[in-house]
Amino acid sequence: MALIELQGITKLYRSGDTEFAALRDVDLSIGRGEFVALTGASGSGKSTLMNVLGCLDAPSRGSYRLADRDIARLSRVELAAIRNQFIGFVFQSFNLLARTSAAENVELPLIYARCAPAERRRRALEALDRVGLSSRAGHHPSQLSGGQQQRVAIARALVTRPPVILADEPTGNLDSQTSIEIMRLLAELRDSGITIVFVTHEADIAAFAARKLVLRDGIIVNDIRQQPEAAHPAHALSGGTHDPGH
Amino acid sequence: MIPATETLRLALRALRRNKLRSFLTALGIIIGVAAVICMVSIGEGAKQRIRTQIESTGTNVVLLFSGSSSSGGMRGGMGSQPTITWDDLRAVQTELPAVRAAAPLSRTGTQAISESQTWTTTVYGTTPEYFTIRNWSIARGSGLTASDQAGAAKNAVIGQTVAENLFGAGTDPIGQVLRVRNAPYIVVGLLESKGQGGMGEDQDDAIFVPISTFQARIQGGLSQYVRGPVYVSAVSSEAIDAARAQIASLLRERHRLAPDEEDDFSTRSMAEMTGTLTSATQTLTTLLASIALVSLIVGGIGVMNIMLVSVTERTREIGIRMAVGAQPSDIMAQFLIEALTLAAIGGAIGVLLGLGAGELLSARFGWSMVARTDIIVMALLVSAGVGIVFGIYPARKAARLNPIDALRYE
Repeated sequence: MALIELQGITKLYRSGDTEFAALRDVDLSIGRGEFVALTGASGSGKSTLMNVLGCLDAPSRGSYRLADRDIARLSRVELAAIRNQFIGFVFQSFNLLARTSAAENVELPLIYARCAPAERRRRALEALDRVGLSSRAGHHPSQLSGGQQQRVAIARALVTRPPVILADEPTGNLDSQTSIEIMRLLAELRDSGITIVFVTHEADIAAFAARKLVLRDGIIVNDIRQQPEAAHPAHALSGGTHDPGH
Repeated sequence: MIPATETLRLALRALRRNKLRSFLTALGIIIGVAAVICMVSIGEGAKQRIRTQIESTGTNVVLLFSGSSSSGGMRGGMGSQPTITWDDLRAVQTELPAVRAAAPLSRTGTQAISESQTWTTTVYGTTPEYFTIRNWSIARGSGLTASDQAGAAKNAVIGQTVAENLFGAGTDPIGQVLRVRNAPYIVVGLLESKGQGGMGEDQDDAIFVPISTFQARIQGGLSQYVRGPVYVSAVSSEAIDAARAQIASLLRERHRLAPDEEDDFSTRSMAEMTGTLTSATQTLTTLLASIALVSLIVGGIGVMNIMLVSVTERTREIGIRMAVGAQPSDIMAQFLIEALTLAAIGGAIGVLLGLGAGELLSARFGWSMVARTDIIVMALLVSAGVGIVFGIYPARKAARLNPIDALRYE
């Protein structure tokens, strides 16, 4: 059984009299442990798809099953619980709370999981250790580099041990060296069994994925299985797009 | 729900981040609560003082006036048309079982002159019983006597204020001479200080002379009737109503009033006077407290305003919290507790400030102040209530945000 199962997902935006479909009848199935890149031009609907997957935005039509739960029928309260328990979200702009230490940022999902303070702190430090930032637990986001901030955000996504991590342009605000480090970290997480879906418009970043989905005008136009290119940074830097027909 | 302590910690942290803003917002509540506490405490003090002062006059005292009064209000003519004769007074004094003593009290405002000073004061004509009825003792010298009364002696008993102003503080006034309307009086007695009366007047600013002397030398004119009120003391405070009823039936009989005729006199008990005055004070206190309450509500609007600003400013934070799994109720609780904390802290400071201001004003103007615990508890509850009422709307606004819209907010 697939972890993520989309059928006929349509997302309409209305502005005045005109209706605009950001997603049109998208069918998609993602299995456990997959490493998926969502690519496409700006406005192709990849971020909208990401937000629907992350239960941040509700589709206008269609069905969405996540870990055998029918997401489309859930209330706001139930969706909050799904985001908390089943999904770790990583954003392009990190979205850490300012003036709040790295450890406290990582603890945040556990607060809403009603986890006891001591347990929370223990698991937050564990997650920070996993992203290689245990020495920065007390630092505030403003005292951390972009790459370190994104690691904190990844630790926050990990801390509730969700089956899936969704990353919306996780390397969009980072330089290429740091981007590769972040993608390697995600690849490691995938190796530990977490399903990872990320959005990118950079071919060399998409190359880290084992499966590449190309969106255009709200439709998945290409679904490519490819050999992930995570092993060597030199390759990743020079590596081009894998041709669909390859 | 997340434990309240956790949410409280979060709220305190958010408030500390904008210290000045939090303080200014709380200031509205602080001033409102302080004003309420201050007003109510001073009003309560005034009420209590009036009560003790009137009680010092004597709780079993009944005042008897010439002229009628209709129930519920006074006629303008009360006391102005004399109807009570000296024989009536004697009858009240001797014939009624519920009456212990009765004394007339005529008065006139005039100047008194000593060797060196002039002082404008009030001269009263009365009988020795008056001091018994008023429970007013002589500090030095002696009181007025029955023989002073019979002989229309030019003896006077004076209050502390008069003694100080005519003869100087620390001088023994006994045996000194003072002149009123060109007649010399020998001071035979100095009264104990009685302080302010129920109307705020200085009761020690008084000269007492025998009523016979008063009639002959100060009042002038016909002296068939008793001028001014008659102070009557009932045998006990329980006997007040009996005394009033007995006075009424005695005087109606003596004045030969037909059953359908109105009384041509009236009686008032001190308890009634207390009631009137305290209710007047109560009205004033309530009025001032309501004005203060308005400022508390204005303070509440300040809280709401700043919470709305805070929600807008922290829209992105709300989005992040929602994205990692915060329930709408968690967000609601966060902002509500923040507003509540702001208002409650403001309320607590306001109580302290109000009590302090009350003490200060009381000391400055010689008022008394009574802090009532129930009022303090109520003020705290009201300010907490203000926090909740004015916090709900911003908190709901925050809780209803769509996660994706909140995250995209710039």
